[in-house]
Amino acid sequence: MDNQVVLQMNHIMKIYGNGVVANEDVSLELRKGEIHALLGENGAGKSTLMKVLFGMEAPDQGEILLNGNPVTIRSPQDAISKGIGMVHQHFMLVPSLTVAENIILGVAPKKGIFIDSDKAVKEAQKIAEEYNFDVNVTDRVEEIPVGLKQKVEILKALYRGAEILILDEPTAVLTPQETEELFVQLKKLKEKGHTIIFISHKLDEIKKICDRASIMRNGKSMGTYEVADITTQEMSRLMVGREVSLTFDKNEQHLTEDVLMKVRNLTVHNSQGVLKVDDLSFDLKGGEILGIAGVEGNGQTELINTLTGLNKKYRGTVEIKGKDIAKFSIEDIRSLSLAHIPEDRMASGCAGNLTIQENLFSNQYKDRKYSGRLLLKPRAIEKRSDELIKEFLIKCRSRKQNVAMLSGGNIQKVIVAREFSTSPDIIIANQPTRGIDVGAAAFIRQRLLEFRDAGCAVILVSADLTEIFSLSDRLAVMYKGKFAGFFTDVEKVSEDELGQHMLGIKKDDVLEGVLYE
Amino acid sequence: MLESILTPSFFSSVLRAATPILYATLASGVASKAGITNMALEGIMLFSALFGVIFSSLTQSALIGLLLTILCGALLGMFLAFFVLNLKTDEILAAIAINLMATGGTVLILLAFSGDRGVSSSVQSVATPTVTIPIIKDIPFIGEVLSGQNVLTWLSLLAVVVMHLLLYKTPLGLNIRSVGENKNAAESVGINSRRVQYIALILSGALTSIGGFFLSGGYMNSFTKDMSSGRGFIALAAASMGGNTPIGGFLVSLLFGFAQALANIMQLKSFLSYEFVLMVPYLTTLIGLGIYYYSQKKKRERLSGK
Repeated sequence: MDNQVVLQMNHIMKIYGNGVVANEDVSLELRKGEIHALLGENGAGKSTLMKVLFGMEAPDQGEILLNGNPVTIRSPQDAISKGIGMVHQHFMLVPSLTVAENIILGVAPKKGIFIDSDKAVKEAQKIAEEYNFDVNVTDRVEEIPVGLKQKVEILKALYRGAEILILDEPTAVLTPQETEELFVQLKKLKEKGHTIIFISHKLDEIKKICDRASIMRNGKSMGTYEVADITTQEMSRLMVGREVSLTFDKNEQHLTEDVLMKVRNLTVHNSQGVLKVDDLSFDLKGGEILGIAGVEGNGQTELINTLTGLNKKYRGTVEIKGKDIAKFSIEDIRSLSLAHIPEDRMASGCAGNLTIQENLFSNQYKDRKYSGRLLLKPRAIEKRSDELIKEFLIKCRSRKQNVAMLSGGNIQKVIVAREFSTSPDIIIANQPTRGIDVGAAAFIRQRLLEFRDAGCAVILVSADLTEIFSLSDRLAVMYKGKFAGFFTDVEKVSEDELGQHMLGIKKDDVLEGVLYE
Repeated sequence: MLESILTPSFFSSVLRAATPILYATLASGVASKAGITNMALEGIMLFSALFGVIFSSLTQSALIGLLLTILCGALLGMFLAFFVLNLKTDEILAAIAINLMATGGTVLILLAFSGDRGVSSSVQSVATPTVTIPIIKDIPFIGEVLSGQNVLTWLSLLAVVVMHLLLYKTPLGLNIRSVGENKNAAESVGINSRRVQYIALILSGALTSIGGFFLSGGYMNSFTKDMSSGRGFIALAAASMGGNTPIGGFLVSLLFGFAQALANIMQLKSFLSYEFVLMVPYLTTLIGLGIYYYSQKKKRERLSGK
């Protein structure tokens, strides 16, 4: 009974229209009541495999057996009716509707031609209680925090009778505390006999909660392992195909004399007039990485937009290399040797429909090396593009390929190559490794450390706490537009402590080491 | 001037003038809730005004004429849906095409049908009847305002209630609102978003066509070229100002009905030049939009500020 197989995906083959082999003879086996990790770099074929299972893509070959019977899953509805539920990475919720309405959406209980809203609330309440989810089902979704939204997503799937639950990178948006809570909940689901597919990049989480792990690389299965029998090192080696160092040996720090960035009493409201950065001051010297942790939406975006000149409406002063940037255009700010890796790579990091080459030069096409008086110098640009593609290991067919055609990690590498190639003195990196594979992430992190060692000042905003811990020299936690905590000795900070600062449970009123005065 | 405004007959004319705008406002609201801007309201209304005259004269029945016109309006809504949803045309471009087609097409069809140029003077169309409800008739003032209103004006009030129930109390309404707000979310739970948007646009076309029918078979008794005269566009603004809800749209439509009725009176009392008076409804739209969005902005700032 214990090892009863509920689902088998055998020899799945999926080739996309553009000739990309996304899944090549991939097999996956799920046992009832297990939490099964699906591991792999971006572009390894995890998403495709899950799309096949959830009826969003039809496999070209292979079969799916549900409780031993062959089934064809034609659509998500089909998958749902067969007891397969999916919690997408980007929440599939309607913000203006209540929790209950979201849960019953598409399967609303009816009274005549109308929705039976009393029954809807009751049923939503019942399922929330049954699984011990602490949510108020009459709240509007737009008013509840991210952690709760995820619970609503899980409840949605459970309400539809999901026996097998696919969770796509569920912890990406959660604080450590929320993650803990999710894990407790997942264990309960497991006890109730649900089977969970847990997609994640975070090896320590997999170690913590999963029973078995299936690893994919380049569209192929790299085998299924008992999590207890495999080390994180081995997992990452199977994923990436080579040894990846998960920890970084940081060299001794050499701070520069000059303060490169000086921020005083910075206050920013967003376009709706909400206070997002609240009287913030800090200094930054060359040769250090200032990590900024925090739950998304606590002012990180507004802070970074102000420092890089995207936002001009603020009170207080920002000085870069001793110059007040209040009246500086973005170009002026960049000419102070500031590089910016934006948070959202597709929205503000690159122009998806332009080529790799065009994107690589969007910040330096005015350079006399690459442009004459009137026309660009194609040969110089092409030569440099090829160099950068090689140096930054961008996987592409040619420099003329559109950036949007690349995988997330490679798009990020294009942006990083562009920003790093101008030899900056200040780097502002906002979520530089979000959603990209372990190999590319390690590459980018290594680069950031190299710049630090060379005397560059780095601000690193990241939701990945491992990244923050391993790179930062000083560490700030943002909560409601303020630094709720500031640490100059990062090694002494525990993840739990950091989480408490992120949630605003713990706030330091006196911050030491923020200013160099 | 003031005496002529504060009369039951003036408010009665407000309701009458508001009727076509109200239908189009409800139409715009339901399309917007489903996530599509139906800018083709103007063209659909104009077509319907002509079809109303043609069908009612052919069948010599206002009811059958109306039903056939609604069918055509629904088909035009479906036509827009086909371009936007199947062929992925930009919704504004598709709407412009329908609107331009209506401007020229109605004149051409009328000429081919009756030989009339621009005004359907030789077409024997049948107008919809007026209705007086006995009990309401006896209420002072209100009775006078409501009595003798066209049956389509009464129907428009009913349509407000029906649309409200549809959007907020039925599964279809929930589906429409969720598709409009987060299409992916709706699709992820198995809602066929294309079907929902088709339904919304067909409904939108049908509602608008009643407004168009009223123009030539209630408000007036014949078709005149370009007789929708921007009501479809005014309705877009009205729906937006009413938050795309039926109740809100109803209230804003009354405001525009008021402006239209005022313009009508000012023409009679002409102390202003005729050209200026004709501008009133559109000026109201502009000022209304300005005030509305300014107050929205202030409200946002107040809510978020300290």
